[in-house]
Order: sequence, then structure tokens, then C-alpha cells
Amino acid sequence: MKYNSVFDIIGPVMIGPSSSHTAGAARIGKAARNLFGQEPTWAKIHLYESFAKTYKGHGTDFALVGGLLGYEADDKRISKSLETAKERNITVEFIEDSAAVSHPNTARLIIGNASGSLELVGISIGGGKVEITELNGFDLRLSGNHPAILIMHNDRFGAIASVTRILAKYEINIGHMEVNRKDVGKEALMVIEVDQNVGDAVLKELESADHIVRIAKIDS
Amino acid sequence: MFRTVKELVEIAETEEIQLSEVMIRQEMDVKNKSREEIYEEMERNLQVMEKAIEDALQGVQSVTGLTGGDAVLIQKYMKEKNPLSGNLMLDAVSKAMGTNEVNAAMGTICATPTAGSAGCVPGALFAVKEQLNPTREQMIRFLFTAGAFGFVVANNAFISGAAGGCQAEVGSAGAMAAAAIVEMAGGTPQQSSDAFAMTLKNMLGLVCDPVAGLVEVPCVKRNAAGSSLAIVSADMALAGVTSRIPCDEVIGAMYRIGKQMPSSLRETGEGGLADTPTGRLLKEKIFGMSV
Repeated sequence: MKYNSVFDIIGPVMIGPSSSHTAGAARIGKAARNLFGQEPTWAKIHLYESFAKTYKGHGTDFALVGGLLGYEADDKRISKSLETAKERNITVEFIEDSAAVSHPNTARLIIGNASGSLELVGISIGGGKVEITELNGFDLRLSGNHPAILIMHNDRFGAIASVTRILAKYEINIGHMEVNRKDVGKEALMVIEVDQNVGDAVLKELESADHIVRIAKIDS
Repeated sequence: MFRTVKELVEIAETEEIQLSEVMIRQEMDVKNKSREEIYEEMERNLQVMEKAIEDALQGVQSVTGLTGGDAVLIQKYMKEKNPLSGNLMLDAVSKAMGTNEVNAAMGTICATPTAGSAGCVPGALFAVKEQLNPTREQMIRFLFTAGAFGFVVANNAFISGAAGGCQAEVGSAGAMAAAAIVEMAGGTPQQSSDAFAMTLKNMLGLVCDPVAGLVEVPCVKRNAAGSSLAIVSADMALAGVTSRIPCDEVIGAMYRIGKQMPSSLRETGEGGLADTPTGRLLKEKIFGMSV
């Protein structure tokens, strides 16, 4: 089920004017920032179909950048986000992309700073609800219904076991899990949806486990 | 977990509880939260709706100047004249439009199920409130009932204009409001289902064609249509009129129609009213560019 809560339908409380083009866009921006783990100094944002055609009218640009700045969908500062980004020396570029995509409200965010970059594709599926469908070249399906841990790791035996052992130790239940790799023995991504928000102690321990490169979490 | 309106109604009938109660129990189960916590969250949404209407009735204006002030005009007309469609109906219309005027002015609203259609449910709620005198709990239940139906639509079809046209937004929102009015007025779960079906049937095929891509024209006035149709459908259902096509099949039809809609009529601002001479002119004026 795409929607699992009544508050996906009655909600979110948000700044207008569009739940998919404003609130959803802010949430995609926020997800990118959370996964990057720090404030980017530059962002290239590709917009497709309905996002590309109507982003100015809907304030999709304000909302995406607001999300990158760490704002929630109901944060009034969203309307000033482009100016704020400029003040903080963050360069933002919007590209109206005519490439074919499977969902009409699709955005591809490439963000970075001196220490690295991140590429993420998000879709806004309606009523403010979003899914992350691609991260650094990996296909995934992250609904945001539950807290999640994303783990970039090296494709070696034991990597998954070391992660699940730590989660078991802290009595964290896994609701959904997927593993994706670029090639045998290369960079891989674990996406783990869990039932409760994960504390910093757990993350630290996960980070130091064998073959783990980087960790990000998304609270719900 | 219910997946269809049929299942939703069956649970309510078998357990002899209201539709809102089915939704509340499912939410408690899914979120692993207490009834109080869930009520509190919905109460906050209700307060946002109330505040948006209050703001609208003081008068708001969007940045472009395309929308705003109509809710005030209607309230004034209600006081000074004798409205043909009655005070309750016009009250719903003005509060629904007002909520969307606030949305267009980048104010704070609660998406129900979306921002573009956010006026239908609160518009209907705060208008029927004047006649039915519900308790605060009944008002919160109104939102759970509306949410239960929206939940089915979102999981079996779509609720965004970009995916399925305005029928998916204002169509769903108006129908959700109709089902909730029936419960508040003391109707049966089946009557709620019929009211939902009759509203959505009359919204089938409605395209999403916003002028200049803005959630203003025709969105604000379509919320007037959604909330008023909700009240009419609720009355029809309470009178005993039933929908010949079952509710879930109407939702299925809405889904297939949306799938057949070209992208120009799904929130791209390219077709329909957006593509009229005046629509194009407004876009040019606002963005300083030709279409």
C-alpha cells in the first residue's frame, strides 16, 4: 500500500500552494540534505513533466531549496529560501528536463560541496507524499512511511550480517530491507526500513562495522 | 487493514461501529499509538483548518492578484441578501473557497487530501457545523471518516492532479466530505458510501488545467463545486437515494479515466482553461513570457 496512514490524507499541515509541488518538493529536498548529511554549497536540480512545466507557479523551486536548507513543509521560511540560499553562498541551478520519466512529478537533485556529492531522484506521488527512487545510481523504493537507515557498503560477505547483528542487539525490528549493488564486489547499498527511529549509538556502531562506507538515516 | 470501501463499510457494519472508528482503530494499530495521541494530531489539523477559514474571512490576496477576497464577498451577500441556494450551502462555498484563497496566498493549510483541494472538506465541515451543532469529538471524527475514504482512493487510484486530473483532487475531496457529512448527520455507513459514490460520479473526467500553472484559477472555484456537491450528495444519500454503480467501481472508473488523460490536462498548465486566450494572456502578464 502506497499510503498507510490517515494523516497522509488529512495532512500534512503545509505552506501553500500545492501538496505535491510544494510540500512534496520540500520533503524531497529535505531527504537529499539528510542523506548528504550536511549543507550543500551547490545544487543542480532537474525537473521533469509537471514539475518542469509548473515549478515557478507552484513555488516548487522555493520548496526544493527550502528542503535543502533543512526546512519542513510547514516552515514559513520556505518563501524566502532562494534568497537565503544566495546569502549562504549556495549556488542553485534549475534545469527543465524533457527526458521521459515514469512519474509526472519527478525531480533529480545533484548536490554537493568540497567534500563530496550526492545524486537523488524523488517523486511526489500526491498529497505531499514522496518516494525516493534512486540514490547515487542505485534504484530503490523508499516510501518514507517508516524510519530508514541507508548504508553504503562494499559488496563483501558478512557485510549484511554485521549490520543485522547490530540491529538485533539493540532490538530494532526490520520491516523491509533491500540490497543493491553496482557490480560483484563493488559499491553496494542497503536500505533498511525499521519500526522505530534509530539512535546515534546504533549508527556509530553500524558505521564502524566491517565493510561499511557511509550511513544515513531518515526519521519518519 | 481495509483496502476497499466495501471492506470499510463491512467492518463498520459487522462490528457495529462508525466508519470514523474503523479508521481510528486502524491508525492506532499501524502507528502503535494511543487514541489520545491520534486525536491530538487530528485536533491540530482541525485547528489549522479553522484558522485558515478565519484568515480567509478577514480577506486575503494572492501574490499574483488572481485570487482572494471572494469568500468575503459571499459572506457579505449572505448577510445582506437572501441567497437562492440557502445560507448553509453558501457558507460551505465561501469557506471552501476561502481556504483555497489562503493556500494560493501561500498561507498555512492542511492538505485534504491535497493543497489544491484543501477547501472542500473544511468548507463542508464548518458549514454543516452551524446546523448539526456537533461536539469537538464529532468534528474530529468527521476528518477520520473523510480520511478513511481518501485512504482507499489514494491506494487504489490517485489523489494528485498531475497523476489523474482534478477529478482525483477536488473529486476525491468533495466525495470524502460527502461521506463524512452523512456520518455526522446520523446516516449509515452504506449511506456514506453512496454519498461518496454520487459525488465522485459527478466529478469524473474533470481535468487539471491551472492557468499559468498556478493553484488559483480555476482551483479556488472548483473547491466551491466540491463542497457544495458534497452537501447535495449527502442529502441525497440521507434521503435514501443509492448509487447504482458501487463506490469502489466509481473509484476504478476515476482511475481509468485519469490514465487516459493526456499530460496537457494533468497539471502541466498547457491545456483546457490554461490554453484559452485569457489564460495565456494572464500567464504572459505574470511571468513576462509568451506560451
